Amino acid sequence: MLRYKSLIVTSLQRKEISVATILFGTIISFYSIQPVFLSPSNIDVLLRITPELGIVALGVTLLMIGGEFDLSVGSVFGFIPMVTILLIESGIPPTLAIVSGLLISTLVGLTHGVVTVKTGIPSFITTLGGLLIWRGVSLAVTGGLPKYMTMPPEIIFFFSGKIAPFIHMQMIWFFALAGFFYYILERTKFGNWIYATGGRKEVARAMGVNTDRVKIVLFTLSSLMAGMGGIIQSIRLGQALPNQGDGLEFDAIAVAVIGGTSLFGGSGTILGTVIAEYLSRIIENGLIIIRAPSYYFRLYIGLVIVIAVTVNIYILRRSIRSRVES
Amino acid sequence: MNNHELLVYMREIHKWFGRVHVLRGVNFKVYNSEIVGLVGDNGAGKSTLMKILAGIYPPDKGKIFINGTEVNFKSPKDAMKHGIEMIHQDVMLAPLMSVGRNIFLGREPQKLYGIVPILDLKKIRKESLKCLKEIGLDGVDPDMVVENLSGGQRQGVAIARAVYFKAKLLILDEPTNNLSVKESAKVLQFITEAKNQGISSIFITHNIHHVYSIADRIVVLSHGQVVGDLKKEETTIDEVTKLITGETSPRPTVGS
Repeated sequence: MLRYKSLIVTSLQRKEISVATILFGTIISFYSIQPVFLSPSNIDVLLRITPELGIVALGVTLLMIGGEFDLSVGSVFGFIPMVTILLIESGIPPTLAIVSGLLISTLVGLTHGVVTVKTGIPSFITTLGGLLIWRGVSLAVTGGLPKYMTMPPEIIFFFSGKIAPFIHMQMIWFFALAGFFYYILERTKFGNWIYATGGRKEVARAMGVNTDRVKIVLFTLSSLMAGMGGIIQSIRLGQALPNQGDGLEFDAIAVAVIGGTSLFGGSGTILGTVIAEYLSRIIENGLIIIRAPSYYFRLYIGLVIVIAVTVNIYILRRSIRSRVES
Repeated sequence: MNNHELLVYMREIHKWFGRVHVLRGVNFKVYNSEIVGLVGDNGAGKSTLMKILAGIYPPDKGKIFINGTEVNFKSPKDAMKHGIEMIHQDVMLAPLMSVGRNIFLGREPQKLYGIVPILDLKKIRKESLKCLKEIGLDGVDPDMVVENLSGGQRQGVAIARAVYFKAKLLILDEPTNNLSVKESAKVLQFITEAKNQGISSIFITHNIHHVYSIADRIVVLSHGQVVGDLKKEETTIDEVTKLITGETSPRPTVGS
């Protein structure tokens, strides 16, 4: 009996519990208003589009746990597919063009990281610069027009193919990357350094952790994930839009925070971000299904942020109390 | 164990900050398994002297010997390599991480899963528990989050970590400030426990009462000079207080 009780207590102390509860409640609410919400075709749509943005949120989560922000992910999400198309147009084979595009995204992140760490300018500012620069380049190069992306079928399948009912390649990528990020964060030295760097940089330094290097790696990963998400979306759509990923930076930060990541760094989980990403997309999709005006999306996400963060703090306080008592 | 073996010898240490001569030829010794109370009023030079020993500042003049060999610390890392670990007032632990992960931060044990390196969480938990027990820190579990620990417990974890990683000398900067009486007693107990394992400590404080009960020797600094180096049996709280405030003229150093 005691063991069951402690199991319940520990699961209640997990940060993901609040967001999981909200997710469950949201699904029930939409379904009771409009049963079409849980129709196989709608579920299929949800499972297909969520990973593109979820992959971006994974990188942003890790970076936020490390104590920094990346406001440029939305722009990189649009910029990298655009670069990939330009490379293909210049005669480079598609596979090589994608690899080069992803490599360029790591260089973009590396630049953000090095500039932030070496100058000491807050990442909020440096990546705000990145947001404007990469969006500006995309718009300038294309003149604001979409560009078509023609890819061989194998590549389309590799990034966005459907393997079985409800199972898409996007999902495989998302879960594989989420698993990889979980491994890095929870089961490696580097993950321990991420938590310490975001939690208290001076402590990490005093214990011999190269916090600058940790941050630069995280900026690089964040941009790489943004580029990856953007390429997957462009392959699915068959085109790259100059405004692709517009506003995604705030969406990704909101998802991380709803999933329990601290805005001050040092705390957060990958599972929380994955659940929150589904919640965010379900709210967006559900509002369309119940025919609410699309403007409501931001309003609801705002409400969910406030509720989720409040519940998280409440749980944290309770867990402090129970630990002191025991 | 030879208690009379010299562990640290700082000879004729001088330090200037701009024009201010903060340390004026300080001679300072620590023997093996000894607790030294380093006392003095604010601005007497206690912290500066200890920061030099911990590798945070270089001395402008003077030499430092560890176990008889001259050393030249360029950073706290160098000092740590020689087993000197400074435990700051503001304890060096990450608040949102577990005790176990903090103890092994920067020195994480790994095992291989095929070719994939993975954190050895089992070892972290087991060794942390052993390390906490070693200095008598009961009631703290490796899975607890540091934020939920009391000030005294945090000091304890920092001391336990230093002991576990084979420190020879702990430098504690006013460790019992801002702690309740009960908590202070605990911290003193951890320091005594470390001593029983052969680890020396330097306890910096401006209040002799904080360290008197556990100190073997008391060194009094005033205006950058040693004005008293006294075995505890040969002095009283009253005498030390007078030395700190300058009411008594300096007493000759022990053994000189």
